[in-house]
Amino acid sequence: MIKRSFIGLAKPRLEYGSLEDMPSLKQITTPKEITLLSTCPFDKKNLLFKKKATVKTGQKLLLYKESDEYVVSSVTGQVSSISSYTGDFGQSYTAIAIEVADDEETDDEFKSAAGGSKNASFETIKNFLAFAPGNPPVKLLSDKDKSISTIVVCCADSDLLITTNQYIIKSNIDAIKNGINILKTATGINDIIMVASQSQMHELSSTGEKVNQVNDTYPSALPHLIMKDLLGKVVPAGKNPEDIGVCFISAEAVASIGNAFNSSQIPVTKTLTLVNKDGDKTLVSARIGTPASDIFTAFNITLNENDRIIFGGPMTGSSVYSENHPVQPDTDAIIVQDRDDIPFISDYPCTNCGDCIRVCPANIQINLLVRFLEAGQYEEAADQYDLYSCIECGLCSYVCVSGMPIFQYIRAAKYELDRANTAEAT
Amino acid sequence: MGENNKFIVSHAPFWHDGSKISTRNYNMALAALPAILFGVISYGIAALGVISLSISSAIIWEFIYCRVTKRPMTIGDGNAAIIGMLLGMLLPATAPWWFVIIGTFVAILIGKQVFGGIGANPFNPVVVAIAVLMLSWKDVFDFNETLLNYDFDFSMVYPLAALKHFGVSAVDSFSMGDLLMGKQSGAIGSTFGLGLIVGGIYLIIRGIIRWEISISFIAGIIITALIFNLTDPVRYAGPTIHLFAGYTLIGAFFLATEDSSSPVNFIPMLIYGAGAGFLTVLIRNIGVYVDGAIFAILIFNLLNPLIDKIRPKAIGKVVKNA
Repeated sequence: MIKRSFIGLAKPRLEYGSLEDMPSLKQITTPKEITLLSTCPFDKKNLLFKKKATVKTGQKLLLYKESDEYVVSSVTGQVSSISSYTGDFGQSYTAIAIEVADDEETDDEFKSAAGGSKNASFETIKNFLAFAPGNPPVKLLSDKDKSISTIVVCCADSDLLITTNQYIIKSNIDAIKNGINILKTATGINDIIMVASQSQMHELSSTGEKVNQVNDTYPSALPHLIMKDLLGKVVPAGKNPEDIGVCFISAEAVASIGNAFNSSQIPVTKTLTLVNKDGDKTLVSARIGTPASDIFTAFNITLNENDRIIFGGPMTGSSVYSENHPVQPDTDAIIVQDRDDIPFISDYPCTNCGDCIRVCPANIQINLLVRFLEAGQYEEAADQYDLYSCIECGLCSYVCVSGMPIFQYIRAAKYELDRANTAEAT
Repeated sequence: MGENNKFIVSHAPFWHDGSKISTRNYNMALAALPAILFGVISYGIAALGVISLSISSAIIWEFIYCRVTKRPMTIGDGNAAIIGMLLGMLLPATAPWWFVIIGTFVAILIGKQVFGGIGANPFNPVVVAIAVLMLSWKDVFDFNETLLNYDFDFSMVYPLAALKHFGVSAVDSFSMGDLLMGKQSGAIGSTFGLGLIVGGIYLIIRGIIRWEISISFIAGIIITALIFNLTDPVRYAGPTIHLFAGYTLIGAFFLATEDSSSPVNFIPMLIYGAGAGFLTVLIRNIGVYVDGAIFAILIFNLLNPLIDKIRPKAIGKVVKNA
C-alpha cells in the first residue's frame, strides 16, 4: 500500500505496475470443481440443461430459452449444480458448478463454425467468444444503437499492481496481431487505436497499428481519461465511451480472439496477477471458474479470519465473501490483504480539507457532493454537484483524511438513482 | 485452511494513504509549539497556565457536550485540543481563569458543536470565541493595560495600539528583526513571528494547511498596507508593522486556514486569503478596532460558501442553456 509522503503538498503518485522482464507463468492444475457465473439472473423454469448434464471443454452452454446468454465450459465433466448467486449491488447471476471428469475432451462446435482465421465472421465471435478470457465486448460491438466506429485496445492495465495485459503483450504479441486483423475484418471497423504504457511502446510498434502512449500514473489508463487525454473526446457526464462510438477491449480479449481462430478452440484459461499478503506479484494461469482457494493452496497462501480477498485491482476491484469464489473471464487480479493492512473506514464527517478536490481527475466538488450523498439527497447531488461526472477511480476515498467511503457513496447513489429511474420507466 | 473464515468484505478502494484527522491535528500542535514555547518563556508560568487551562477546558467542554447529547466521543481526534491551544495563543498571559473557560465554551459549543461538530462549522470556532470575548471584555485585550506588570528589555507598548492612537511615529522604534524575534508585547502565541512562520511553512510542506490561503492573506496585507502607506506615510504605517504585529501571522497560518470555514478551490482560496488580508488592514487603518485580523477572517468565513462557488467545470458536464 502506498502511503502519503512526508511532503503532503505533492499529489500522491500512484504508479502502475510494470513488467520489466518476462516473468514465468505459473499454471494452476485443473481443479476438482469449477463454477461459471453468467450475468443472467437465475430462472429455473427456462433452463436449457439440467444437473448431471455432461459437458466438454470449450463447449458453449446456452442457458435459457429465448435468450442468447451463454457460458463456455472450461473443463470436461458433469454439471453438479445450477444456482443463483448475488453479487455487488444485488446483481444476480446464474452459477453453474461443473464437476471435473478425469479425461478431458474438447468440444468441436467452434472448430466447425470458425473454419480458420481467414473466414472469421462477427457472428462466430459473437456466438462463441463472449465468455473468452478478457471478456470481449461482443454485445457492445453488435449493438445497433451504439454504432461503434473506433475500437480502443487497452494494452496497459487500468488498475494498480495488475500486470496481466502487459504479460499478454510480452508473451503473445502474435495472437494480438491476429486478433486485431480478425476484429477488423469481422466488424468492418478499421479505426483501431492501441493504448499502451511507455515500456510497451517498443513491443507494440511491430503490430503496425496506431499506438498511443498512456501516462504511467493512476488513473490515466481508465477509459474516461483515455478518451479525454488521448482521443480528445470528452465523454458527457453519465455516458460511457460506447455511447459516443468508442468501444474498449482489453489486450487479453484481443489475444483470446486471435488464439481462438488460430487454434480453432475457445481459450479457457485466464491469465491473472496474484498479489499475496506481502505484496509479491505472480502471474498465474488458471481455468475460468477455478475457485480462488485452489490458487491460494498452490502458492501456500493461508487466509485468516478478517483478511480480505480482492478480485481486481486495489482501487476499483471488489472483495468477495468466500475463498471459493471462482475466477471469471474478467478477473485480472486476485489480491490478498492481511487484516492488519486493511485501512479503517469511518463514519466521521467531511472536514473540508480539500485533499479530494486536488486529487479528483474529474474536477468534482467532492466536499459538497459527499454531504448530499450522506444525507441521501441523490437527485440534488446529480443535478448540482456533478455526481455523473465521476469516472470511478476511487482516489477520493484513498486520500480522505476522515476515512470516508466516498467512492462507495457515489456508486450507491448512482445505483439508487438508476433503480428509481427504472422503476419510473416501468 | 479453515473453510469457515469470515473475510472483510468492504468496497473499493482497498488502499488508503494513511492520513488521519488526529495526525493532522497533532502536526498542527507541533507547528504551533515554537510560538507557544516562546510565549511561555517570555511570560512565565502565567502563560503556561492560560495555555494549559485553555486546552484542557476545551477538551472538557467537548467531552461534556458529547456526553450530554449522547454523540460519539470525539475528543480523540485532537480538534478540541487544537481549538483550545489556538485560543490560548490569542489571549494575553494575564487572562483570568474564568475568561479562558468562557472562551473555550464559546469556541467548542457555539463555534463548533451547535453546527454539528467537526467539519460543519461555518466559522472558525477560535475566531468566533475571540470575537465574542473581544466585544464583551475589551479591556482584557488591551495589551498595554493587561501586561503592565511585565518589564522586558524592549518597549512594552502594543504596536498596533500605539499605531492606532499615536500614529506612525510611535512605532518607528520597532525594527523588523525585533518583531520577528518576538520583541513586542501581545498575546502569548502571536508575538514570535519567526516561530509562526517556521510552523506555517512546516504545515504547508506537510500539506496540512493550504498554502494558497496563507500566501494570499500575507500578500493582501502587504499590498493593502503599502497602498495606504504610499498615500499618506504619516498616518499609515508600512507593511512591516502590519505583517509582524498583532494577529497577522497566526491568522495567516493557523486561523484563516481552518479547514471547514475556508474554500478549497484554487481561485476562491486566493480571493479568500487576499480579501481577508485586505480587510484586516482596512479595519486597522480606518476602523475602530486596534486589530482587524479576527473580524476580517470572520467576515470571509461568512463569504466562503459564496466564493467557493467559483469552481472548475467537471469533466463531461453538460451545461444546459435555459
